[in-house]
Amino acid sequence: MVSDTIGSSKKEILKEFRDPALTQKLLKKIEEEVSSLKKDVKIMEVCGTHTRVISAYGFRSLLPEKIELLSGPGCPTCVTPQRHINMCIALAEEGLEVATFGDMLRVPGAEESLEDVRARGGKIKVVESPLEALGCDVFFAIGFDTTAPNTAVAVKKGLTILNCHKRFVPAMVALLNMGDLEIDGFLNPGHVSTIIGTEPYKVLDVPQVIAGFEPVDVLAAILHLIKMIKKNEKGVVNRYTRLVRYKGNLRAKKVLDDVFDVGDSLWRGLGTIPGSGFKLKKEFEEQDAELIYSDVLKKVDDRELNPACKCSEVLRGIRRPEECPLFEKVCTPSNPQGPCMVSMEGACGIAYEFREIK
Amino acid sequence: MCLATPAKVLEVRGEEAVVDFGGLKKNVNIQLVEVKPNEWVLVHAGFAIQKISEERALETLAIYEEMAKLQKEMKKRKTSD
Repeated sequence: MVSDTIGSSKKEILKEFRDPALTQKLLKKIEEEVSSLKKDVKIMEVCGTHTRVISAYGFRSLLPEKIELLSGPGCPTCVTPQRHINMCIALAEEGLEVATFGDMLRVPGAEESLEDVRARGGKIKVVESPLEALGCDVFFAIGFDTTAPNTAVAVKKGLTILNCHKRFVPAMVALLNMGDLEIDGFLNPGHVSTIIGTEPYKVLDVPQVIAGFEPVDVLAAILHLIKMIKKNEKGVVNRYTRLVRYKGNLRAKKVLDDVFDVGDSLWRGLGTIPGSGFKLKKEFEEQDAELIYSDVLKKVDDRELNPACKCSEVLRGIRRPEECPLFEKVCTPSNPQGPCMVSMEGACGIAYEFREIK
Repeated sequence: MCLATPAKVLEVRGEEAVVDFGGLKKNVNIQLVEVKPNEWVLVHAGFAIQKISEERALETLAIYEEMAKLQKEMKKRKTSD
């Protein structure tokens, strides 16, 4: 019985990572380190699972006030620009069979969501893997470096895509260059790093730590970042060595290179970021929905359901979800006004879920 | 979306493997990693994307369970308010 063995070993492990003594020790160490800091520090996490851990365990209130934890553009659904969401809905309204990850279903378009189109009889197929989308007219291909290899495999098998895949590192560079806020350090994304490795982060001139997902791991990474910030040490430290290798996943990178070139990409909140896109290679042009259905898509604009939605600012880390005038009042998980409230990895949805212990 | 879940490989069948997510069996594509039965993999959007040690796999599963429990508790507390 596989599951029973898993159950009892998990209990043992739970004991370790819930160990209050270890957490207290780490918190105390962080406090000591921070006490000699001359200024407040801003640390940004850019991975949905880190966002969840930080909120679920109430780290914002446990850590010293001098540390500000920001959530960045780490949710693929959330950074997909309004134009592409409206495009996908337009294709579904044309009667095409559209395949999408479930997370995208309820994201509001200008007037309605893919879910609304489906309720009216639209052909929407929810898939877990891009391979399940084979046979549909178009797959709404979203996701970072983590997901793009899977789509690439399916493109090689003939899949047509509305391509919104994004390379993550250029977005981190763009955030630093925007100058909205001074980011002192990044908690780098774990699963993106599994594919790309640690090498690409070298272009960033700030302290970065690749961290695992245990609460204790996140605290240890924050402690490490504080130490790096104090010593003015730039570069990336990998604390997730069992999953993240220097060169990443070579097979995944190979299939990416087979199917995609580097291109520019439009992000919600961040605009067009040079080099952040996965552009389909010429040989796969006939599987590019934007080219095939250009007649339908050229009429699509950027209109949002609710112009007061502040997802764009939340994604840049310049506004906490609670600081959006719609949060909790108009915008809730059952009546989302923007993608950050819909997605499991969205900062607004997570802030809403754990709002009592923030 | 960017979530990845550990699973144990039960059987390899060409491009696919049957994996066990703590009781739930599923087929995943294994073109991006070379795996053998009894090894653990990290699964993202229908594909194994990396091999993972058993210890680390169990750790991750434990955290997901813990977070789901926390979430449930909070929901319960809110509805009973």
